[in-house]
Amino acid sequence: MGTLATTRARWRRHPLAAYAVRRVAVGAVLLMFVSMLVFGATQVLPGDAASAILGRSATAEQKEIYRKELGLDRPLPTQYWSWISGVVQGDLGKTLASRDPVTSFISVRVGKTLVLALATLLVLLPVALALGVWAGIRRDRAADHVISGISLGFIALPEFVTGTLLIASIAVSLKLLPPTSIIESGQSPLTSPRILVLPVLTLCITAAAYIIRMIRAGVVESMSSDYVQMARLNGVPEWRVVVRHALRNSLAPTVQVLALTVQYLIGGIVIVETVFAYPGLGQGLVQAVIARDIPTVQGVAMLLAAIYVVINILADFVVVLLIPKLRTSQ
Amino acid sequence: MIAVAQARGGARRLQFLRAWSARIGLAVFLFVVGVAFLGPYFAPHSPSAEPGIPFSTPSKAYPLGIDYVGEDVLSRVLFGGRTVIIFGALATLLAYAVGGAIGLLAGYSRTLIDPVLMRAMDVLLAFPPILFLLVVATTPRGQGHVALVSAIAVIHMPSIARIVRTAALETSVRGYVEAAVARGDRTHVILRREILPNIWGPVMADAGPRFTVSILLVAAINFLGLGPSPPTADWALMISENRIGITINPWAVVAPALLIAVLTVSLNVVADAIAHSLGKSLDVETLRR
Amino acid sequence: MTESVLRVEGLRVGLERGAAIVEDVTLELRPGEVLGLVGESGSGKTTVARALLGYTPPGVVIDAGSVQVAGQEIVGCDERELRRLRGRLISYVPQDPATALNPSIRVGDQVREMLDVHGVEADRGRLVAEILGRVQLPGDAAFRRRFPHQLSGGQQQRLAIAVALACGPRVVVLDEPTTGLDVVTQARILEEIGRLRQEGDVALVYVSHDLAVVASIATRIAVMYAGRIVEEGPAESVIRTPRHPYALGLISSVPDHVAPRRLVGIPGVAVGVGGRPSGCSFAPRCAQRVSECEEAVPPLQRVDAHRSVRCIRWQETPAPKVDLRGVIGDTLDAAPLLEVDALRAEHRGRGASVVAAADVSFTVAPGECVALVGESGSGKTTIARCLVGLHAPAGGRILLDGKPLAARARSRSREERRSVQIVFQNPYDSLNPVRSVEDAVAWPIRSLRDLGRREAAAEVATLLERVRLPERMARRFPGELSGGERQRVAIARALAARPRMLVCDEVTSALDVSVQAAVLDLLAELRRDLGLAVFFITHDLGVVASIADRVLVLEEGDVREEGTVTAVLSAPRSDYTRRLIAAAPSLAIEATGGPSHTSRA
Repeated sequence: MGTLATTRARWRRHPLAAYAVRRVAVGAVLLMFVSMLVFGATQVLPGDAASAILGRSATAEQKEIYRKELGLDRPLPTQYWSWISGVVQGDLGKTLASRDPVTSFISVRVGKTLVLALATLLVLLPVALALGVWAGIRRDRAADHVISGISLGFIALPEFVTGTLLIASIAVSLKLLPPTSIIESGQSPLTSPRILVLPVLTLCITAAAYIIRMIRAGVVESMSSDYVQMARLNGVPEWRVVVRHALRNSLAPTVQVLALTVQYLIGGIVIVETVFAYPGLGQGLVQAVIARDIPTVQGVAMLLAAIYVVINILADFVVVLLIPKLRTSQ
Repeated sequence: MIAVAQARGGARRLQFLRAWSARIGLAVFLFVVGVAFLGPYFAPHSPSAEPGIPFSTPSKAYPLGIDYVGEDVLSRVLFGGRTVIIFGALATLLAYAVGGAIGLLAGYSRTLIDPVLMRAMDVLLAFPPILFLLVVATTPRGQGHVALVSAIAVIHMPSIARIVRTAALETSVRGYVEAAVARGDRTHVILRREILPNIWGPVMADAGPRFTVSILLVAAINFLGLGPSPPTADWALMISENRIGITINPWAVVAPALLIAVLTVSLNVVADAIAHSLGKSLDVETLRR
Repeated sequence: MTESVLRVEGLRVGLERGAAIVEDVTLELRPGEVLGLVGESGSGKTTVARALLGYTPPGVVIDAGSVQVAGQEIVGCDERELRRLRGRLISYVPQDPATALNPSIRVGDQVREMLDVHGVEADRGRLVAEILGRVQLPGDAAFRRRFPHQLSGGQQQRLAIAVALACGPRVVVLDEPTTGLDVVTQARILEEIGRLRQEGDVALVYVSHDLAVVASIATRIAVMYAGRIVEEGPAESVIRTPRHPYALGLISSVPDHVAPRRLVGIPGVAVGVGGRPSGCSFAPRCAQRVSECEEAVPPLQRVDAHRSVRCIRWQETPAPKVDLRGVIGDTLDAAPLLEVDALRAEHRGRGASVVAAADVSFTVAPGECVALVGESGSGKTTIARCLVGLHAPAGGRILLDGKPLAARARSRSREERRSVQIVFQNPYDSLNPVRSVEDAVAWPIRSLRDLGRREAAAEVATLLERVRLPERMARRFPGELSGGERQRVAIARALAARPRMLVCDEVTSALDVSVQAAVLDLLAELRRDLGLAVFFITHDLGVVASIADRVLVLEEGDVREEGTVTAVLSAPRSDYTRRLIAAAPSLAIEATGGPSHTSRA
């Protein structure tokens, strides 16, 4: 009790720490509900999983073995408990396909996906941020119309369409780059960076459109704010108005845009890896879904959802740090 | 301004067409929808007949060539547009019906449902939409039209519910609603006379981008092979079916890809114009997450 | 005689292609003078204020005239020159410092940026502290490290003034600097501005819609109407003997708690940009109009060496009519219509509850007007909401005709709901935008009095006439009406129920003074003709003085003082009332000493 009380007192003195603790706790509870949803969706929904997986032709005996394997014969809370306690300890069960641990399924692929994601961010962020800010500052001028118009179109393009059209033009017609991004097992994607170009480009096209529009909106908002007008009326030079007054206040929204971008990439990569046959986590997930490999899907889905939630928490926290009003009122 | 808009409803509703981009967008969109729905009447062959040699290049008889099992690409293109549009529309409608009802209930009762709804929403928001659809597709009955349409509707529901809730809350503190409450008007009268007509606009403002997103999601799932199975003609499915032959007959891939691109882009252009005419900016960003 | 430091001649600001927003503006100002630029919404006063700094919003240009600050021409300067001049020669104090101060820049840096930008060579740290000190803000390091949101509204406005003064400008333009502040804070800021005027050689342009505030600090007054200056001269003489009929109307509209009088509004509505008539813009609303007025825009004419007026018949303009209300309020013997007994109301927030009314008791007799006055956040609105059953009290009773009323409107009988009707503060959300005026007014007739659609429609015409709206308004939608017209419709909607009492929650606070006067006049007429009791909530003591019989003064949910208007205003018993009265600006036009500001008393 004593320690709890002093810890509480310390939190009160450091409101930011208290906020962080609160936010993390909320995130943990959220993940618990997410796990229930993942588990519930895959294991509780009506229909016989065993026949769905094995097909109608399977014998009753085969189905029974599968049910045992999945623990479907036990009561639901027990099933959930044994699964979630495994998840917490880093044991995601075994894949139905190869009987390997799901964790090793993930570890083989996660590196490749990370390479793809980081390469995308590296290309994407500087270009998209610059274009978004430029369009926002030059609002309603020619540059803005061109940037906004193109991004409006690109944002509505599905990744598999962009990817396919890029393959058809750049890889097939012009023969500049390989049409698929297959990697020999045990090899790193970095040994032949050429294969990364088209997947990265595909992800960038949609994500850039998305970032540009959001950054532009934020910049437009602060450029038309009263304090920017006031800075101009005070004789502050225009570059200083933009940098010190407008951009400074659109910094926090930018962090949120970055978080949203990473979150977008989680979904986008699933598609793009499939389009280019890139052997990452996303492609593995799609294959597992097609094979109805429940433990694998559960494991990968939990991992991706956890990343999603963690990024959200980090972004919220950075935003609080960046906005004085939020920082001082926490 | 809003009132004038409503007073002169008819003229104002079409005001978004003032921008030339909106007019072109609408024309293109209607053209693609026309292809999808009237196409089957003009198809030269049955979409599942196999008259040719797989991946033959375009010829007089088969203007877009032959696909991977020997079917006529043009006929399949003319048949293959309905699924994404219909399922996308159904998912969007369902999302609005259920999400709207939940939001209205939460906004109006403010009590128990509200926090429950908000937490449920947080949970759903923790899933990238594609991931959610994949989890659903793993379930025993998760790979059918019903599951797909409902799952996409569920993805939209939280944000629709939130928008409706916020709009209802904002409206319910307006003077005209308070005056009605003080007059003792019945709840359903207040909803019909004072609240619903005023939240319709803000709620419907992003119906366009939502429809775009629904179509994108249906197409993505079909592309991954988790939607209709092969004999069915579907633009997205055609892309993945014929990818292996892209070097031999690229049209089997490029034609459906271009149609999907033109469909979603034109729809988005129109949605953006409508959002602009309502004084809002397009919200496809937040929807796509 | 000192040289003028600000000289404006023939200034015209207009849309890039087309209509003028303001035109033919000519002004002159010497150091130490304060020019009060007065006008109602849409008069173009803010456009003029910003044009003085060479600033126009996008799509708007200064297309003629000249603005000279200390001999330096502003019109025609390029952006770089303007930047150099703004803040150093002429600076600007915004209307709403809460949004005009950059939220992520610390207090000290807000001031320091001005010194940096304009290259002031000095020990800048010390200078910042000194500048903050000039506006009575603490200059210590802890304060300088604060962010704007950590300051009170009054402190924010002082900071904005400090920023404007940082580089020692010759002219400071203040754009409605006290709008949005409560009266006591407003009085302090005005005091501050008064001190600045006396201490330095700076000239001030004070833009405001509030004539009483302007009268308290201005040495000269320019009255604007529809984009033109219609009268300009020494403050005292403009207020005591206005020569333009609009200036007269404005002065007659200003409620005054020192000399309670009947207000006379100006009929009609101001015309917007583009809709201005070819002749005198005020002619359509003018009582002394002749056909000549409609032919050409009257030129600015000299009244004497210091005054000019834009009216061809200025000699006909009568002196302001002072129809004092005399002793107001008496104790009525009639049985009270409404009785509030030990009312307690709370707002439940997160965990904690905020008390909006602690122990409020009062009565309203039939036909009587009781005012409830208090600053924002004092709990006034919650009390009004309790009366009409929109907020459930936490304790106490509300009795109508001696019978207790249920907490919620829907639990009250129809007769009870009909008897007490409410009119809200904000005219822009009190009418449903999708319902026509006719529909809005007819509905209570049908729902509360059970009349048919046709009978209700027939009565709408009578009701609109009652609130002095033309019958053609019936087909209009709220979006097509001005604020004052909407408020009249809201009153007509309340009257449609045939109430015995009207609860008016700040019904005129969003309106221009001339419109406010007309609405207050209408309420007085309704009381007279229909024997309607009125419970009138306001923050403005002047309004109290011009409409109410009795008044309750509310502070933080407690009634500090209650009595007849004359008793409370002339001999306040509580400290709080005294402070409110001292802070409230007044024209005091009957006083022999000219305009006075009582806050320094």
